Amino acid sequence: MLGGMVTSESEVETTPFRDLDVTRTDSSLHRFLHGLPGVDQVGAEQRAAALSSRSIKTSAKAYALDLAISMVDLTTLEGQDTDGKVRTLAAKAVRPDPSDPTCPSTAAVCVYGDLVATAKQALGDSGVHVAAVATAFPSGRAAMDVKLADTRDAVEAGADEIDMVIDRGAFLSGRYLEVFEEIAQVREACGGAHLKVILETGELQTYDNVRRASWLAMLAGGHFIKTSTGKVQPAATLPVTLVMLEAVRDFREATGTMIGVKPAGGIRTAKDAIKYLVTVNEVAGPDWLDPDWFRFGASTLLNDLLMQRMKLKTGRYSGPDYVTVD
Amino acid sequence: MTTSADPRVTFDYAPAPESRSIVDIKASYGLFINGEFVDGHGKAFKTVNPASEEVLAEIAEADDNDVDLAVRAARRAHRSWSQMPGAERAKYLFRIARIIAERSRELAVLESIDNGKPIRESRDVDIPIVSAHFFYYAGWADKLRYAGFGEQSLGVAAQVIPWNFPLLMLAWKIAPALACGNTVVLKPAETTPLTALLFAEICQQADLPPGVVNIVTGAGGTGQALVGHPDVDKVAFTGSTEVGKAIARTVAGTDKRVTLELGGKAANIVFDDAPLDQAIEGIVDGIFFNQGHVCCAGSRLLVQESVADEVLHRLKRRMATLRVGDPLDKNTDIGAINSAEQLARIRELSDVGDAEGAERWSPPCELPSHGYWFPPTLFTGVNQAHRIAREEIFGPVLSVLTFRTPAEAVAKANNSPYGLSAGIWTDKGSRILKMANQLRAGVVWANTFNKFDPASPFGGYKESGYGREGGKHGLEGYLR
Repeated sequence: MLGGMVTSESEVETTPFRDLDVTRTDSSLHRFLHGLPGVDQVGAEQRAAALSSRSIKTSAKAYALDLAISMVDLTTLEGQDTDGKVRTLAAKAVRPDPSDPTCPSTAAVCVYGDLVATAKQALGDSGVHVAAVATAFPSGRAAMDVKLADTRDAVEAGADEIDMVIDRGAFLSGRYLEVFEEIAQVREACGGAHLKVILETGELQTYDNVRRASWLAMLAGGHFIKTSTGKVQPAATLPVTLVMLEAVRDFREATGTMIGVKPAGGIRTAKDAIKYLVTVNEVAGPDWLDPDWFRFGASTLLNDLLMQRMKLKTGRYSGPDYVTVD
Repeated sequence: MTTSADPRVTFDYAPAPESRSIVDIKASYGLFINGEFVDGHGKAFKTVNPASEEVLAEIAEADDNDVDLAVRAARRAHRSWSQMPGAERAKYLFRIARIIAERSRELAVLESIDNGKPIRESRDVDIPIVSAHFFYYAGWADKLRYAGFGEQSLGVAAQVIPWNFPLLMLAWKIAPALACGNTVVLKPAETTPLTALLFAEICQQADLPPGVVNIVTGAGGTGQALVGHPDVDKVAFTGSTEVGKAIARTVAGTDKRVTLELGGKAANIVFDDAPLDQAIEGIVDGIFFNQGHVCCAGSRLLVQESVADEVLHRLKRRMATLRVGDPLDKNTDIGAINSAEQLARIRELSDVGDAEGAERWSPPCELPSHGYWFPPTLFTGVNQAHRIAREEIFGPVLSVLTFRTPAEAVAKANNSPYGLSAGIWTDKGSRILKMANQLRAGVVWANTFNKFDPASPFGGYKESGYGREGGKHGLEGYLR
């Protein structure tokens, strides 16, 4: 299923929207992004709340739980990460529920660049991808050549996917072309690896900014737009993800190009994950209900999904001692 | 990599029905007079579940004599109720508010069964606002002197309410009347009497003195007997403009005070700088909330020509995700039309729309085989001269018109015999304020629609009626 995610060497393409009029100068880019329809905060949050009240039961719940498991980017991004920790995580990603072979694998494991080789080796040919954070994650405060080197390093170590952070300082001060160029160059440095662009929506604050940053990242060549690093509060929220899903829906209508969405951080329960899937289904549409186009950046979420899955299969709630602690 | 999500299956929401077991519907119901259920002497009638046409219960009809008994009971009760200190009356209202909140699930399920509205709305909108309304007016009961409308109650209020928000309209009528020291005789709509009768039980549970609230069921004849009764001091009506005019004629020349909340044909105005995704939600909430059975529904969409195609495209896409069906399913967005009679009216006016040359569109949607259903519908190519742009359809049918400038939007919006509500969608605050001043409508929503709060007054201009309900203004109709 994830086959389409990684482009072969020959298809490596640089930024497809680089030569558009709107992306040529800072002022044209500014005019375009500020010409996008505004987002009414109250209305957006009300819509997210309404979608949260959907009641997903029985067969629909079973479908949603398996789909959510297959969309998890199982993540560890700590200073204390070790090879051992990453190998444990990799084993969990391949076989989340050792007692049940019908349980799907997760989409990827997500680690810092220096642990890519370890993850790659542990995952082997399981089909689970290795995603690496790069570009001076999480703050993004480093010189451009350092960010590019960071990216190349992870790709050379075998990363299938790169999760970059944007320069929020540049974005907030209106230097949109600088952010555009940064994303475009990282995309080139990715080679065949897929690029997720972290907007760090907790620092952008307004939904108008989230919409503009989403379009900027899509125009600059990101394959995915991602909410957060997980290091800033608030991380992913449902209304922010809703605004991003509207952006990818509108972008496909405008350009024919489909972009993925990844909320990350703060999604801890199966109940929350299902609210996101309902939102994907009703806002972007069922085409996005696929690990190629929607991911959850999460660590603790997986165990709750597994517990709910067991509960649905056996009728009994087993408790945290019946899923693995990693 | 394999997942069980592969091969692709769609995300079909499994049925998620709210249980009916919480409500206990009796085989037959009497009238609630002087704190007791008594037999009616008119011809009993049946109330049905509009989603299935299943008969729910037999309801007594109050004849002229029964109405007289109810008014007499209210008159007797008024002596002590009106003399009771406001703080004491407040205790009863607070108690009622709390019981409604405690029994909210039961009330929500019963409302959805009898009315056909989705449980999501009765649970999240109707019943919480009902409880909030009683809490709100309980707070006023001992502060009436500060409202500036006098401190004396009027006496006995005759109240006639519609079927679209059965319990909510009851709360809008009864809560302020009681807070001000009046006693009431209320007639619920013929097709939706059940929650009013459950409310009567709640009055008993709250130990409300007998006669303070009396509920007489029946059809138009019962309503006429009630508003025409010589010993009634106040008439409050919510319903159609046609019946409202008849009531105004009945009470003309008497010293009865009257408030009327009647029909509407609200303009929902979308400017080219509107927050589009939220405007689409507002259009959908405006016309499809409660199957469009809303007097303040945004049934005329006025969209600026420069964004009309874009708005229509987005609106149609959104309408295709609306879920029509079983009102008790927690995922239902649009429930059943309340009665065969109302369905016939919606069909008739929609056919007129076709005949007048407007273009009808509905998303593909499968309607249940039993019960009364109408798909969410919009008409494009509508102009001001079309009947579907002028008459209240009171169903899930939206007429789409366009405008070029703010002045044209105001002129078209105001070009209606009605003036209950309006909506404005724009990111420009100054335009909101200017438009709101120019629109001849009692309620103007900005970047939202169909928002209700007990503290906010509600009422109309022109043929949409007179008087205000809710907020401090809502006290005026019950004080002298």
